[in-house]
Amino acid sequence: MLKRFRLEEPESIAEVSELLGRFGDSSKVYAGGTELLLAMKEGLVDYERLINVKKLKGLNEVNAANGTIKIGALCTHHQLECSTALKEKLPSLVKLEQNVANVRVRQAGTIGGNLCFAEPHADPGTLLIALGATLVAEKSSAKREIAAADFFVDAYETSLAADEVLTEIRIPAPTANSHSAYLKFGYLERPSVGVAIAFEQSDKSLRNVRIAVGCAGPAPRRVEEAEALLEGKSTAEAQRNLAQAGAIAGRASEAISDLHGSQDYKEHIVGVLLKRAFQSAIS
Amino acid sequence: MAKAMSRRSDAQSIPVSFTLNGRLQEIDVEPHELLLDVVREKFGLTGVKRSCDVQVCGACTLLVDGRPVSACTTLAFEVRGRSVLTIEGLADGDKLHPLQQAFIEHGGFQCGFCTPGMILASKALLDENPNPTEDELKHFMHGNLCRCTGYKKIIESIMAAAKKMRSKT
Repeated sequence: MLKRFRLEEPESIAEVSELLGRFGDSSKVYAGGTELLLAMKEGLVDYERLINVKKLKGLNEVNAANGTIKIGALCTHHQLECSTALKEKLPSLVKLEQNVANVRVRQAGTIGGNLCFAEPHADPGTLLIALGATLVAEKSSAKREIAAADFFVDAYETSLAADEVLTEIRIPAPTANSHSAYLKFGYLERPSVGVAIAFEQSDKSLRNVRIAVGCAGPAPRRVEEAEALLEGKSTAEAQRNLAQAGAIAGRASEAISDLHGSQDYKEHIVGVLLKRAFQSAIS
Repeated sequence: MAKAMSRRSDAQSIPVSFTLNGRLQEIDVEPHELLLDVVREKFGLTGVKRSCDVQVCGACTLLVDGRPVSACTTLAFEVRGRSVLTIEGLADGDKLHPLQQAFIEHGGFQCGFCTPGMILASKALLDENPNPTEDELKHFMHGNLCRCTGYKKIIESIMAAAKKMRSKT
């Protein structure tokens, strides 16, 4: 049973912002509720008001027509795994979305909610960082873009202001030479380790290499130090540097020893996944 | 009820008009009521089960507009204007659905606790993909857990039902 709360159903971003500003910490944005309602059931959080954002228009579409891929924050994981536009342009994201949680969570859960709840053991943030995505945050009067790499501050904490709403995820248009892959590992209900890699591959050298690790630590992180070992290198040389890049990425993951595994174990798995993600992306 | 009322002063009532097993229903719910409790308590349809309560196990699976949801983690008002199917609504009078028939014929259940969720989830699978490979079936059914059968008979039941359902069309 949940504690009683008041439901607000605004129809504009301005209204949402105003409600968040007025009620502060006693209110919370509610979309799919797949994370929020669990936290409320377990008594970890208590809100007097839930602000249902599902009546906001235009936030549940995928638009890949003009280069930049734009994903509405209210798109469910199910919508994304079925999106023909994404299947064509970003198969790595489609594969990720196909494997989020289970079919019921994918049906109700939104990508925006997933990112904003900032559960450490989640998938999308890690790949979005590697893809160089930006997140659009709106309030009554203003709109700003936040780099995915700067969005995740800590476990359950993002860089959104108290009265801001995430409305859109923007991913730079992939080219014919763009490659990316995301791999995760875990036996519990949520992933224990996640690694993403993206790069441009041409004339047998790699450019714009981006590597991100997630799930092992409190928040997903970009690992520039590991990227440097692959940037500008030939495929063969990059391959030789993978072990070292993996070790660096493992340490950068801020892995915590917990039920998912020891710090050493998770760091090791990061290295394994980086190698496999690289192979997957290259082919 | 009295104890709950005194915690927050004014209860909010949301009218919910929805189809339940093919029949129009019009009720009022409070925002915090869960679909699982409304279906079990208000409508007495106890096929849907509270089990893990964290939407991992699938024993609370219901179909809303043909798609599987965790009733334990769905607010009841969210079915406004939608159709809800429970296990009690699957048979056509005395005529069992091919999935129900297959689970009986192939031994797809033991204690039966996960079974309503299993059958509804597999209905959603077959409605989307009438001829799934075993891998596709396992992927779709990944979130429905069974502690008794070891899954082999469940998979056989679903595949047998799928074959029967395909031959009818």
